[in-house]
Amino acid sequence: MLSSEYRVVVGPEGYLAPAAASMGIVLPEPGEGLIEGVIVPEREAMHKIAEKLLTAKNPTFFPGPLVLWAWNDKAIAKAQAVKALAEAVGAHIIPMPDYRPKYPMINPQIEINPNHPNLTIWHNDIDVCVFVGVHCHYANLALKIIRGGTDCYTIALCGEFGHEDAMITLRDVNTAKLCTLLEVIEEAKIEVGVR
Amino acid sequence: MVERKIVDPEYLLHKAPREKKFLIGNEAVAEAVRRANIDIVVAYPITPQSEATHIVGDLYAQGYIKDYYRGEDEFAVMSAIAGASMGGARTFTATSGPGTLRAFEMFPTWAGARLPVVCAFMCRGVNSPLSIQPDNIEIGWLMDTGMLIFHAEDPQDFFDMTLIAYLVAEQPDVHLPVGVCVDGFFVTHTREIVELPPENEIFPPYNPHLSPVPIMDMETPPIRQMRDPFVMKSNYISYNTHASWQQEVRAASIRARKHITRYLGSAVEVTYPEANILLIASGTAAAQARVAMEQARQEGVDVGLVKIKVLRPFPEAEIIELAQSPERIIVPEHNITGWLAREIKSRIKDSGKVEGGPRVFGGMTMPPKIIFDKIKQNGRMM
Repeated sequence: MLSSEYRVVVGPEGYLAPAAASMGIVLPEPGEGLIEGVIVPEREAMHKIAEKLLTAKNPTFFPGPLVLWAWNDKAIAKAQAVKALAEAVGAHIIPMPDYRPKYPMINPQIEINPNHPNLTIWHNDIDVCVFVGVHCHYANLALKIIRGGTDCYTIALCGEFGHEDAMITLRDVNTAKLCTLLEVIEEAKIEVGVR
Repeated sequence: MVERKIVDPEYLLHKAPREKKFLIGNEAVAEAVRRANIDIVVAYPITPQSEATHIVGDLYAQGYIKDYYRGEDEFAVMSAIAGASMGGARTFTATSGPGTLRAFEMFPTWAGARLPVVCAFMCRGVNSPLSIQPDNIEIGWLMDTGMLIFHAEDPQDFFDMTLIAYLVAEQPDVHLPVGVCVDGFFVTHTREIVELPPENEIFPPYNPHLSPVPIMDMETPPIRQMRDPFVMKSNYISYNTHASWQQEVRAASIRARKHITRYLGSAVEVTYPEANILLIASGTAAAQARVAMEQARQEGVDVGLVKIKVLRPFPEAEIIELAQSPERIIVPEHNITGWLAREIKSRIKDSGKVEGGPRVFGGMTMPPKIIFDKIKQNGRMM
């Protein structure tokens, strides 16, 4: 397959899925997002996120350490916005409290780990997930493993430059942008008649 | 110490007034360190690097650097640098030849830990019998560590590339170590005109909270938790995680391309790209190739030059495109293995038109005449 033809779509992709960046997928610029590897206006990506979350059977948010720890005022505000977002779409919240592998075994009912995220997704039968507040390296690691081994649709709300390995990503996500996404979701709920 | 002023990095690099100085390469890299707002430098002496970190030690004494010490050996130095970088410090170190090899385990460790370390490699021979003289064979080995690799041609490049290395290394989507390589003695000990911005203008401090991995700050969550490394386990999940981790390091290297373009202009510098014979070289081999090219063109030979400034990520798209039109490609190098010719041959369709060489090593100089002779030989073959 030519790199330009590669698309970041639901897996399972295979034994060892490639990093999307190595297949020619590039990160969005400010004001843009990525849908399945294609750069789109940020607003379009937000609408797609709303559609995916509102039509999911078991949408689940995976908040990471950057929003789970109250390490500064911005983190607290962002965590509150994430919680409001999850509640708006009726999503479960399963935290990623830290990044060390959990041995001898993880309890996938209550947490997810970037080194073996597939276990939590399989156990809970999650069809759409949202990464938020996860450090970029670990988010990319987990997103690629999920794409490689599961059929879960991945969304990454990144505070930095975004994630090629997610099926939808937004960049520069701060509290204000989460509130905008919440507005887009509330509008979409009215359009599709979700109460 | 003069009173320092934090300025915008792009202003410092591209807009600040520059004053001409007559410096050797080791002085030029120290001038970059002076302006990079570095927290800690750790080093161990080895020729031809020693002078650079000696001068940097003087900068510490003058208050330009927060901490500085001599490690027990190069492995200790590079390990200490890893610790400092994990703790959120901006770091600098340098080494040469045998020191590079002694420390080698730490280079993929830096990359795997996503540490934005900048290390200058003043390349020298590593073979037995002992040589302290110029030879850049170590670059070929460094290229597979996951580090970004720049190759400076002269003291001016060495100054600019060292500063640019920090800007690229510390991008949140990159966050990888950068090796800034020069050919020992030919650059480190050769005095040339170097244009420098004001010495009191410095980079903003490093912000470790933009890192793609948590910094190791045990007092401020979210901390980096290091216990139970997955590599200690023997199962499919651990292997798959390790593989994915390596893929992410390479992905970060690919992401560096746009930042390199922004700060360095381009990974390659091209003169007469439509020529029938193309010289492709990096470091001081590019300088010698330029002299040979000019001589050949005066004699009516259609020859051009591609200077490769960035070896990792390799400028693959640029080289594939540039390699399409010339009938012959000549790759002069300062090492016996011909790592640059190997890189080029592995990427272009018609690798048969690539002639690796001339090569010199073990301290030998590369007179432009031997490149000129190679151009003439290839001209007769067309």
